[in-house]
Amino acid sequence: MSQAAEATPVIAPLADTHAPPAIVLDKVNKWYGTLHVLRDVSLTVAEQERVVVCGPSGSGKSTMIRCINRLETHQEGHIFVEGTELTDDLRALDTIRREVGMVFQSFNLFPHLTVLENCTLAPIWVRKMPRAEAEELAMSYLTRVKIPEQAKKYPGQLSGGQQQRVAIARALCMKPKIMLFDEPTSALDPEMIKEVLDTMIGLAESGMTMVCVTHEMGFARQVADRVVFMDRGEIVESGTPQRMFEDPQTDRLKLFLSQILRGH
Amino acid sequence: MSQSVIAEPGYTAARERPPSNVAGPWAWARANLFGSWWSTAITLVLGYVILRVAISFIAWAVLHAVWSVPYNAQGVPDTSICLKMQGIGACWAVVADKYRLILFGRYPYAEQWRPALCVVLFISLYVVSAMRRFWRKELALIWVATLVVIGILMWGGVLGLPLVPEDEWGGLPITLILATFGLAFAFPLAILVALGRRSTTLPAVHLLCVLYVELIRGVPLVALLFMASVMFPLFLPEGVNFDNLLRVQIAIILFVAAYVAEVVRAGLQALPKGQAEAADAIGLTYWQKTGFIILPQALRMVIPPLVNTCIGFFKDTSLVLIVGMFDLLMMGKVALSDPPWQSFFNEVYIFLALIYIAFCYAMSRYSRGLERDLGRAQRR
Repeated sequence: MSQAAEATPVIAPLADTHAPPAIVLDKVNKWYGTLHVLRDVSLTVAEQERVVVCGPSGSGKSTMIRCINRLETHQEGHIFVEGTELTDDLRALDTIRREVGMVFQSFNLFPHLTVLENCTLAPIWVRKMPRAEAEELAMSYLTRVKIPEQAKKYPGQLSGGQQQRVAIARALCMKPKIMLFDEPTSALDPEMIKEVLDTMIGLAESGMTMVCVTHEMGFARQVADRVVFMDRGEIVESGTPQRMFEDPQTDRLKLFLSQILRGH
Repeated sequence: MSQSVIAEPGYTAARERPPSNVAGPWAWARANLFGSWWSTAITLVLGYVILRVAISFIAWAVLHAVWSVPYNAQGVPDTSICLKMQGIGACWAVVADKYRLILFGRYPYAEQWRPALCVVLFISLYVVSAMRRFWRKELALIWVATLVVIGILMWGGVLGLPLVPEDEWGGLPITLILATFGLAFAFPLAILVALGRRSTTLPAVHLLCVLYVELIRGVPLVALLFMASVMFPLFLPEGVNFDNLLRVQIAIILFVAAYVAEVVRAGLQALPKGQAEAADAIGLTYWQKTGFIILPQALRMVIPPLVNTCIGFFKDTSLVLIVGMFDLLMMGKVALSDPPWQSFFNEVYIFLALIYIAFCYAMSRYSRGLERDLGRAQRR
């Protein structure tokens, strides 16, 4: 936790452009029936880069992030994660899902398992880790998200913010190279948003590759290398947070920013 | 946070008990039975009716009942006392005379300790399986071992036990065999069918499962039993045959599985989609996801309808009497065909009903306890 101890959060410089990209989306298209939800979406996320995706609801940002670990399938275009293309090949999919952790808006913890069991399930069964080692690992991540004392409780006994931190710990227990966040704070009461965001900031400082769908503009400013603005299924504009928020180029982004700033 | 408020000393201790007009039996009766002029009237009328029925039943079943009758030199019972008391007092002598026939059928009289032991083994098996601390891998071994022992006891032919062919079996062991094997095999089959029916990636499997459920559910159990018992052997080549009990058992398994599959499917459907997505996202395989995440939650949700199906089906096993199998209910009819006892069907059917109620009520009570225990951990 040495990074977290530093007084000011450090925003790492843009990652080395020669490193292979962690995620590549190349002209991805997706339809729900006749509804065109992703239109020619192309995005490259470098190793250790932190990308924040924003946009109005129904803009396709959640769909896009869910395509990255194939919770949704795309119909046209290519998606590469850590150099492996996402296809119907189940073995490739297994490999990718081991490397990509995901945190959901509604936490999706397993309510019939304790916090500790939630965290150790995948390491034990997917990574074939011995139980004792998996529990040790889980406790270290639960300590990192500051709730080791809740390990024996069931998710239903925790507050929303605590549940979301457990969900983050559960994803981290698979030691993923990439973390996807799908509106992680949208279902939380205001007083709990900060504890989750602090956990995410700590994670960002440790050099994790992150793609985060969120409306938390403060978080975007603080940790994002790049902000991507989506509307009606396409990427409209992207750039550094500073440029995006202070000098938006497109009318759609200007409109969106004025709406969310009015809301805050 | 809420915990810290509760933990504050003295916060909840101020008033430990509600006053007696808020809780307790008297308050309950006032609120539920004598709440208004109308409910007081209804309570009194219904109370009177219930009391009258209860009193006359007790008079018939206990006070005026005939518990035994004399037998003549040939061992034929003299039922004249019973006939005299008919309508006034129950003739439990019929049960005393026929209970072994009803419970064990035409199984050789001297060997009836064997089916009796089997019934005890079946019940012990249920009790052990019901206890959560025995929910381990070893339980499967216990099941296999017990069923083998039951098979040896029923058939005999080894270990010095005389061979008893299946057509001499009858009564409670037949009912328990059909019900136990019926549920034990139908349940896994039903889970597979329910999962298959939910499959989006395997359309052929999906179609097969839909067809199976719709076809089996569309046919009455009676028709299915007839097919298994009468029609099916006609299609087999000459000389190939397997016995009636097995054919009927398979028909029952297929029938129950179709119904249980629909109950399980309801549970699968009720589970929030996020659970499966979270399991996918942490990299679990399909079977890991299904076994660790989906089924434990889905089955828990459908315990009440599942038990409902089990209870209904336990009683449905009595339909095998139409294909000439002597289950518990059929043995009651057989007992009543004995001329001296012909008019005492009330007593025999009450005896049978008590046996069915004992098993069904045990299932119902157990499921309630199970729901409570399993629900305790995950209140949201």
